[in-house]
Formats: sequence, C-alpha cells, structure tokens
Amino acid sequence: MSRLRLSGISKSFGAIQALNDVSLEVAPGEVLGLMGDNGAGKSTLVKIVAGNFRPTHGSISIDDTSVDFHRPLDAQVEGIEVVYQDLALCDNLSAASNVFLGREPRRSFGGIKLLDYATMYKRSAELFAVLKSETRPRDLVRRMSGGQRQAVAIARTLLSNAKIVLMDEPTAAISVRQVAEVLDLIHRLSDQGISVVLISHRMPDVFAVCSRIAVLRRGQLVACKPANESSPEEVTGLITGAIETA
Amino acid sequence: MTTLEQAIGHSQHGSPFSRVFNSQIFWVLLAALLACVALSLLTDSFATQRNLFNVTRNFAFVGLIAIGMTTVIASGGIDLSVGSTVVLSAMVISVLMSSGNPFWISAIAALVAAGIVGAINGTLIAYVGMPAFVVTLGMLSAARSLAMVLSNNKMIWEFGPDHDLLLWVGGGSTLGLPHPIYVLGLLTIVMSVVFRWTRWGQYVFAIGGNEQAATLTGIPVKRIKVSIYVFSAMTAGVAGILMAGWLGSVTTNLGQAMELTVIAAAVIGGANLAGGQGTALGAVIGALLIEVIRNSLILLGISTFWQGMFIGCFIVIAVAFDRVRNLRSLD
Repeated sequence: MSRLRLSGISKSFGAIQALNDVSLEVAPGEVLGLMGDNGAGKSTLVKIVAGNFRPTHGSISIDDTSVDFHRPLDAQVEGIEVVYQDLALCDNLSAASNVFLGREPRRSFGGIKLLDYATMYKRSAELFAVLKSETRPRDLVRRMSGGQRQAVAIARTLLSNAKIVLMDEPTAAISVRQVAEVLDLIHRLSDQGISVVLISHRMPDVFAVCSRIAVLRRGQLVACKPANESSPEEVTGLITGAIETA
Repeated sequence: MTTLEQAIGHSQHGSPFSRVFNSQIFWVLLAALLACVALSLLTDSFATQRNLFNVTRNFAFVGLIAIGMTTVIASGGIDLSVGSTVVLSAMVISVLMSSGNPFWISAIAALVAAGIVGAINGTLIAYVGMPAFVVTLGMLSAARSLAMVLSNNKMIWEFGPDHDLLLWVGGGSTLGLPHPIYVLGLLTIVMSVVFRWTRWGQYVFAIGGNEQAATLTGIPVKRIKVSIYVFSAMTAGVAGILMAGWLGSVTTNLGQAMELTVIAAAVIGGANLAGGQGTALGAVIGALLIEVIRNSLILLGISTFWQGMFIGCFIVIAVAFDRVRNLRSLD
C-alpha cells in the first residue's frame, strides 16, 4: 500500500516545463527526502501535492484512491499538511493559539460562543508531549527558539490528524542544536505513522532522517533510492548532473 | 516536588503581580493618577464635581474612537478617516432631525452612513489591496467634504421635535455620570471580552501578527479586515451622535484633527503600530491621560500652546518605555 502516489506528473508554465513525468511513491510512516538544486522543481512538486497548482498531466492518489485538488483546502481535507519555510506562525500569539489558529474550539455561554482556552492549553500540551518538545502552550511564539517554533508548526499538523506532512527547508535558518531537535520531531511524526516529505539542501539532515532520497534535476526525477544504498557524494553528483542517473 | 510536565505547563509570565508591573497600561494609569493627585493639591478647581464631570465626558469621545482605532492598529492597519466620520455622522443626524425626523431614525441613518464609510475603507484595503494609510487619507478628505455638502456648510443648532432627547443623550447625565461614560464603559467591557475570548478577536490579532500566516490557516482575512474598518467607523459614528447632543450645535469643523489625538491615545495605551498588540482598556486609559494633561494645563494657567508638546513627549516616552521593556525581556 502506498500513502501517496504520484504518476507521470508534468507541469508547464507557458513554455517552461517545470516538471516532466515525475512518478513517486511514499509509504505510510516513511520519510522521503526530496533534493535538487534551485529551480529543479521541488517547490512546484510540493505545491502540486498541497493543492496550490494543478498538474498539467498525471495523477495523484492517496491510500490508493485517486484525488484531484483544486485548492489547498481540498488537500487539507485529504490529510495533507504543509509546514512552511517561514513557518507561518503569529509571533504575537501564544503557542496554543497558533496550534489552533483557524479551528479554535468554542464553548457556548448563554448563547455567546467564547474560545475554550482550557481545551486549547490541554490539547496542545498533549501534542507537545507527543513531540517530546519543551514548548509551553501559554508562551508567546515571539519568545521561542527555532526548534520550539518548529514544534508549534508541527503540532498544528498533528491536530488535524494529517497523513502526509510536507516540510519545506525546516532546518534552513536555525542553530545546530535546534536542528537535532527538529530531526527528532520528524522521527516523532514518522512514529505516529505519518509520512513526511522533507525538502532540504542540507545533506546531513536528509541522511539522518530519510529512509529514501529522491533527486530532481531540471524537472525530471533522476533518482529515487534508499538512503543506505546511496551517499552524500552520489546525491551531490545527481543534483549537479555529474552523475546522470541512479 | 514538581515533575517536568508541571514545570513545562507552568507559564513563564510569572505571577499576576509581575504581569501588572510589566504592562504599559499600569504605568500610564499611574501617570494619569499622579497628575490627578498633584492637580488636586495644586489647584482648587480640579477636584470639583463640575471639573471632574467635564474631564470624564471629554475623554469619553476620544476613548470611544480609540477602542475602534486600537482594533484597526492591532490588525496592522490605520484609520485616518475617523475625525471626518465623526462630522459626517453628526451632520447626518442633525440634518435629518432638524428637518423633522425622530431621533432614533436619524441616529440609525447616521450609523449607517458611518458604516458605509468603514465598508468602503475596508473593501478598498482588503479586496483591492491598497495601503490603509492612503485609502483612509482619501476618506478623511472625502467624508468631511460630504458633511459640508449635506449641511451647505452651515451650523445646525435646532434639532426638530426630538431636540431635547438628543441633548439629553449626548449631554445629560444619570446618577452623576455623563452618558458618554456609560457608552464608553460598556464598549470597553464588551471589546475586552471580544478581543480575548472570541474568534473574531483572535483573528484580528492574528492578522496583525502575521497576515500571511492567517491566510494560510484559512482565516477569512479579507472579510475580517472589512469588518474591522466598519467597526472603527461605527465607534466614530457613535461618538459623532453623542458629540452633537453634547455641543448642542454642529459645524463642519467638528472632529478636525481628532484622528491624531485618537491614534495618540491608542499608542500611549499600548497599541503597537506594527500590528498584533493593543487592548481596549489601554486605549481608554491613553485617552484619559491625554485629557488630564489638557485639563491640567488649563487649570494651571499654562498656555494651551504647550499642550501638543506634552502629548508629543508622552507618545514618545510611552513607546520608548515599551522598547526598553521588550529589550530587557529578550535577554
């Protein structure tokens, strides 16, 4: 069974062919590293899976059921969540408010619906415990470390019972110690049976958490193989084109 | 013995005591109270019932609009058109009443006029994507001009059959407190609850904190932005009706430059022009401080020309204080 299957995905923007006949499979709980140089088509591929773009050709299926996304909400309904590079958090709100942003639980007081902070604090504390993160629900995101911010962003995906989490450069702008924290978070997601597609330029991170590595070059999938059968040298060669295909 | 979970669960904000001392509102309120105490000792005229009555009523108008302005500022916007909305609302109600219409119908028409001003502001800002500063600057000019057209730039001081009712609503008092204060008190309580305990309040602050994030999480950002500008214009509309009753006459220079006093009150009260911060109570206390400064300069016999200097210094001090506090807490 495959959690996510892309078959023959192509995408062109006018005369520019951003993706050409890309086929990929991700198993439940699998962490797939998606690598490639700038402009190789990684972001386009992620945006297609997240429902921002529709592919020109090809099809997507989730749990062996064919899906067709017209907008990001369609993808969310199917259990696809994206953790954005800039994290898309509100610095001025608490961790719990960010986890629940856009889907706050409410309780009715005499006909007036008020936010249920008690549930929000309790539930987000549980999610942070699952992620083994020292993030406190009441703390403002402004005062948090990069690792804690990642935990908040990832807790959002747990809240919605995501099947697939797409992560765009989660370790790009944080310290070495926090990188380890984020890689731990990815393991936690995988432990929950959630599939992760990790886009990263950082070779050590990809090899540390990914079971398979896919390489895109100029819109084409040039390799997709288990991480333990590859090496950073080979992947670098595939990205630059020094190695044609593997 | 505390477990790790308990330690994590414990908020880092500390005791309620330290939170009070860390809030800008507390210090601004303290400044206002100290000024009141000093004035009571220095002058015979401050602590009189009549003067206190005037002070409370005068700051209520600015306070009302400052709550609307704080909402706009908390969402990362600005509304420069409130002063003109005040005069438009006051002019609509007085023109209608002087031509024989009852108070309630005229008041509703005035609020509808204010609401339309806010809806135009909000639509241009949210859906057309124009900067709030430019849109509301244009409205500042357009709405006042419309008030002049409506009244033919004449003073209106006869309000038809419900003349006395209008004067009672805006200028009267119940149980020793002027009516605008009741409106202000009610709005402060309601908006404090709305900001903290409703989705709308949460989304206003989310938009001010990170508009892109708010959009990505599926919050209807555009609709909420329109509602924010409508709310701001409505507070100005209510203030316009009350001011018409208080003054007993309406001219087209009513509310001139009021937007600056209102923004000053909001900022002194802790609203952050970068968005994402502000409280209803803060806006009211900011307005109170400005009125106490104004009143004290008059009572102490200092030229009113100095008023701008004092208020200007207070804006800068309040924001500087906030900066210092933030730097300290980031260490």
